[in-house]
Amino acid sequence: MGFQFQFAPVFARSDVLLEGALLTLQLSGIGILFGALLGILLAMLRGLSPPALRWPVDAYVELVRNTPFLVQLLIIFFGLPSIGVRLTAEQAALSAIILNLGAYSTEIVRAGIESVHRSQIEAGLSLAMTRWQVFRYVVIAPAIARVWPALSSQFVLMMLSTSVCSFISVQELSATAANVESDTFRSFEVYITVTLIYLGLALVMRGLLAVLGAVMFPKGSGLGRLRTQASR
Amino acid sequence: MIREFSQSEFLFILASARWTLLLTVLALLLGGVLGFVVAIARASRLAPVRALAAGWIGMIQGIPVLMLLFLSYYGLSLAGFDMPPVFAASVSMAIYASGYLGEIWRGAIQSVAWQQWEASAALAMSRAQQYRYVVLPQAMRIAVPPTVGFIVQLVKNTSIVSIIGVVELARAGNLINNATFQPFKVFGTVALIYFMICWPISLLARRLEGKLNAGRTG
Repeated sequence: MGFQFQFAPVFARSDVLLEGALLTLQLSGIGILFGALLGILLAMLRGLSPPALRWPVDAYVELVRNTPFLVQLLIIFFGLPSIGVRLTAEQAALSAIILNLGAYSTEIVRAGIESVHRSQIEAGLSLAMTRWQVFRYVVIAPAIARVWPALSSQFVLMMLSTSVCSFISVQELSATAANVESDTFRSFEVYITVTLIYLGLALVMRGLLAVLGAVMFPKGSGLGRLRTQASR
Repeated sequence: MIREFSQSEFLFILASARWTLLLTVLALLLGGVLGFVVAIARASRLAPVRALAAGWIGMIQGIPVLMLLFLSYYGLSLAGFDMPPVFAASVSMAIYASGYLGEIWRGAIQSVAWQQWEASAALAMSRAQQYRYVVLPQAMRIAVPPTVGFIVQLVKNTSIVSIIGVVELARAGNLINNATFQPFKVFGTVALIYFMICWPISLLARRLEGKLNAGRTG
């Protein structure tokens, strides 16, 4: 009696898990890059448009943030073909990731933009900066520096959420885990192993994002001060 | 036979929302108790206790909810529990919630000025009394808006337990879609119901946040 842990059959399939982990990294990497870009662009667009024209961006943000990622994924993968847009599982997953992260990033960067005080903009304009220069250097850069810690957490959450893509049979880490499970019948061992891989990925990602933040907004500069203020 | 997506299908999906709500409430209660312990431990005077709580938070926040679900599901059955899937689902959601609520509430506790601790200690209050009469009442004010905001995450993440066969909103949508083959309508409806649950909570969180900041300058 008593359960015996047997990790050997799981480790024997580590090549499969590795492939899954690579796809998880790919999905996360591309998704985060474009999702963050989408968010920054939409937050900028929203900041530049008159209040009456902000509702399309606001509606997008609210719709995405108040529905589950899984349901968004199902609509894109199963729903879009019925209106003639046919995507592979990977394409659907990537679209869902970008749309989802795009909405969260928009909201986070928007908060950063709104935290820039009016007097800063007036000061920039009085220094004969063009409107674009003011927007670029006085509004956007400090806004992103200030919300970098929040953005980083959202990126890590998104990486973890890519596990949901296994629901539409994208062969990322969770899906390959299910494959190894059905081959070896060592369910608990498989999921412990894969959980540890996710945990490792999350830790490495947190570290890398902190380094990236330190490089983009170096300590001692004005932007660096904003970044560290926010994380406290 | 392909069924139409009509009133009875819609009602089936709508009724399944009760499981979504039940799971959310259970996770909030169980996860709240566990999260409270984590938050207090995180603010403990004993370094090892603090480290343990920090480790718990860091770990839960680094694991996908899906993995927490599978580990609970297979772990509990290995431990000899013969339970309905809803049980494993609630346990995993509670563990997930404890990691995030613990961190939110730690922040709230630590945002109470240290002079408050000093002053109450000078009045010969015990640690428990300090928490009960001085720190928690102030921390609670700060903790409420982000906690309400987290409930939205919780509602949305209950959709993941559909994979172990709990017929909540997402699973009900899948079942109906398999019978009607009208994914756009079906999942659109599911999304709308989630939205109707989550949006008011989001608005409430934002209002509470505004209220809390109203009395402050800068």
